[in-house]
Formats: sequence, structure tokens, C-alpha cells
Amino acid sequence: MKVDREMIKHVAEVARLRLTEKEIEIFLPQMKEILSAFSELDSIDVEGVKPSFQPFQLKNAMRDDVAHESLSHEDALANSKSTKDGYFKGPSAGGA
Amino acid sequence: MIDFSEIVERTHKVIERIKRINESHHYFNYISEDLAITQAEKLKRNPHGKLAGIYVSVKDNICVKGIPSQAGSAILDGYRPVFNATAVQRAIDEGAIIIGKTSQDEFGFGTFSTNTGKGFRHPVNPFDHERAAGGSSGGSAGITALADFPHISLGESTGGSIAAPASFCGVVGLTPTYGRISRYGLIDYASSLDKIGPMAKTVEEAALMLEVVSGHDMKDSTSIDAPVDDYVSYAGKSISGMKVGIIKEAFGKGVSPEVEDAVRAGISRLSDAGAQISEISLPFTSRHCLSSYYILAMCEASTNLAKFCGMRYGAHAPLEGNFNSYFSKVRSENLGEEAKRRIILGTFARMSGFRDAYYMKAMKVRTLIINEYKKALQGIDALVCPTMPILPPKFSEIGKLSPLQNYMMDIMTVGPNLAGLPHISVAAGRVGKLPVGMMLVADHLEEKKLITLGSVLQ
Repeated sequence: MKVDREMIKHVAEVARLRLTEKEIEIFLPQMKEILSAFSELDSIDVEGVKPSFQPFQLKNAMRDDVAHESLSHEDALANSKSTKDGYFKGPSAGGA
Repeated sequence: MIDFSEIVERTHKVIERIKRINESHHYFNYISEDLAITQAEKLKRNPHGKLAGIYVSVKDNICVKGIPSQAGSAILDGYRPVFNATAVQRAIDEGAIIIGKTSQDEFGFGTFSTNTGKGFRHPVNPFDHERAAGGSSGGSAGITALADFPHISLGESTGGSIAAPASFCGVVGLTPTYGRISRYGLIDYASSLDKIGPMAKTVEEAALMLEVVSGHDMKDSTSIDAPVDDYVSYAGKSISGMKVGIIKEAFGKGVSPEVEDAVRAGISRLSDAGAQISEISLPFTSRHCLSSYYILAMCEASTNLAKFCGMRYGAHAPLEGNFNSYFSKVRSENLGEEAKRRIILGTFARMSGFRDAYYMKAMKVRTLIINEYKKALQGIDALVCPTMPILPPKFSEIGKLSPLQNYMMDIMTVGPNLAGLPHISVAAGRVGKLPVGMMLVADHLEEKKLITLGSVLQ
């Protein structure tokens, strides 16, 4: 895998980040160094090993399907600066 | 015995004191004066609870209702939670007085509390202003060290963020088993790794806070439904016959000789108090824990931070352009450099074509690491090693480290965090004025053993 400017720009776009040329300049050698160090995992045989999504064995946490009190409409909107008619107001979904 | 008739006056004095400390040491992102006074007035009328009259500081990434809670990030500018984190609520229910939100690396992305978000000041070491307090719970550790009033802090660890600053500031940091304390209301970094935990001057105080805030919570599906031990009662018990294993790989190369000497002296004290000491090897964990940890932490961080988009809370901008350009603008302007680096690395490691090589591989290596710890802890009560391989570094030295060199400083702490194992950092001694921490690691839900062993060391 080639870690270059184009790759960083592409990943940044996927992650909804706009990097400056200076940031790319800083990140490029750092990412090469980090990914090269991480690739030491390549040598490990994990045939038949299950992944640990959690460190501790957890049971499925289910509760009765009964409505409880939850966040009020007012509270849910309390921290937004862009609301309209009791909804969040977002940017345009289309256009450039 | 605390006299509650003057609790309000005392609280005013405490607030004045921490304001003064904050001017020079930057341990708080916000001091919750009004809330503290209101809580003190309530206590005066009706003193009750296990934490009655104890002042509690809370890491900035743990939500306190109505109090700015930003995880040290500009992207959460202006965010005031409409609820308390479960841990905070349980502390308040037992009479805690909340004094403020402590400084940290942005979202917990750091080892020294130097990766603070835009507009935030970084904490300094309580014993040397040119040196780091450790991170990411640096503010919590620093104020714990300097508090000359009854105080306990709620910190948080993902890969060592309680242990590292506890070590550098010479206080006790207790990171519990993953799931022991509810994560409800914690601003997440990496959900399968994040743990809230107490930081205090003494093991007894840390045990007291653990006892209060632990336990199952319907609001966190990963919280463990197991009885909570009477943790405080385990402090000061005899350790005669307890078995402690020295982690072989945690000494020698890469560890400062001064740190090694102080930790070995601490181990001698355990031995003198009756513990049986042996040597245990963790070759696989020592070699692979950093890569596995950082891949998983970055992958999880990159998904968790996707929610910060400038619409529902935190930083906003004028609504211009389409979704993508708006979100990108708000995120790019408000997230700091280390946050951007981790989002990009984590996004990359989850992308189609690389997911198996990085993310899934790291997850399987994690299984092998957990297995190695579980095997080592059979017939052993706790493992011991230095908490940090070095003394608190100078800011000028930290500035010279590449991000990778920075990550490598977590070599001792990421293992138990990856395996969800409880661990405690206790001061082993000092080199000059600088504290050295030693870390004890126990099996899942065996916090009580750490409390017993740790109380011998202080």
C-alpha cells in the first residue's frame, strides 16, 4: 500500500476533513512511520482466533419492550443553534 | 468528622483556592462555582451520603448536567449536557460537591496532556512547571496532588489515561475492569476500551469512590451486572501470602534506571509485607500490545468522532453549502492536530481492502493478548511493573517526539487496557522532587486485590 498525498487526501475526504497543504506535509511522513510500525502484526498467525470486540465476556443486554421516560423534545434540541419548528435544521442535502 | 454548619463557607474557600491553583497550573477547563455552592447549601440542610463534604473534580469528557463538558475540544464549544453521567449522578447522590471539569488531551488523545484542543491550556506538573502532568487525565491528577481539602477526582482511561498522569503526579489512579463503572454520559473515544475511574491521594479514597460509582446500569449495555464489593474494607488488609508476579519484559531496555530502582524498592516493600514475589513473562503482549491497541483505538475513535458535525450540539457555523462541505468545514476548523491524525489513520484502517489487515487483525491479536494475561494471572494475585518507563518529561523534550515515539510511551499501560483488566498506579517513590509510579494489574473484577496491595505501598 502506497501512502502518498493522494491517499491522505482521499481518506480525509471520506472522514469529512479538509486538510491544508501544510497539514498533509506534516502527516505524510508520520503516517508512513506509524503504519510501517503497525505492520509488525503481519507476522502473527491468527488462524482460528476469534476477534475480541469487547475485552470482557458480555451477555446480550435486553430489557422489556416497555416505554420509559427519555430525553424530552426540548432537551434534545437544547444544545443546537440551528433548529426550526421543533426540528434540527441542517445544511442543504444537495447542490455543490 | 466533617462539620456541616460551615460547609458553604468552606466551599467558597475551596473554589477560591482552585481558582488560584488554576491560574498557574491549568487543571480546570471550567470551575463549577454555582453548582458547588448549591450542593453545599443542600448538604448544610441535610448532610448525608458516603461522599458528604468531599469535593469532586470531573474529567472534562464526563458529562455534568448544565456544566460545559467538552472533552477538551473546541468542537464541543458551548455544549452543556442535559443529563449527568451515571458516575457523576451516583457521586452527587452520595453527597459529593462537584467543583469543576478537569483539563485533558482533546478527547483523551495523548499521554502528556499536551494535545489539548484549540483554545485550551495544558496542565503542568505539580512539582515542576517545565514538565508534563501526564495524560490524558492530567488535570484530574494535578489537582489531586495539590488539593489541601478533601478531594477525589473522576478520571477516564482508554489506554492508560488514569495510570500515566497518576504516576507523573504522585497520586493513586485506579482503572477498574471494563464495564465495572457505567460509561453512560462519557464522551466516547474508543467504546470497547473506555473506562471511568477514581484518582485520589490515598488508596482508601479511590476505593471509596469506586464503591460509590460502580455497578450495573440499564443505560450502558456494556456495564457488568455483578455485585459491587465493599472496596474500602480491603484497604489495609494483610497481604501475607499474596502472590505478585514481576513482568519480566517491563524492566531493562527502554526503562529509565531511576524508574526501575524506585519500582524495585516498591516491590521490596510488598515482599517485606509478606507477598510472595516471582517473575512472569508476557512476551506476546510486550511485543504486540502497542500496534493492536493503537489500531483499535484509532478505528473506534474515527467512528465515534463522526457524530461531531456542527448541527445538534457544540460548535456551529453559518449553514452554507451542502452537507459534506458544511460538516468538513466545522470539523476541520475545530478539531486539533492529533484528533485529525487519529481520525485519518482510523478511517484508513477500516477502509475496504485494509480492514482485514489492520482492524480485524488487531482484534484477533487482542484475543491472544487477553489469553496471555489470563494464563499469567492463574495462581497469581497481581502483576507488577513501572507505570511509565520514564520520569515526567519536560515539555521541550515532548515537542521533539514524533507521534509514533509518543505512542511508545504507553508500552506499560496499553496491555491491561486492551484486556479490560483492572490496574492501579501508586507512587513507589521519588527521584528528587519527581514521583515514580508503579502499576499493579489484577484479573477481571479483582479490584479488591489491587486495593489491598496498593494500600501497603502508600
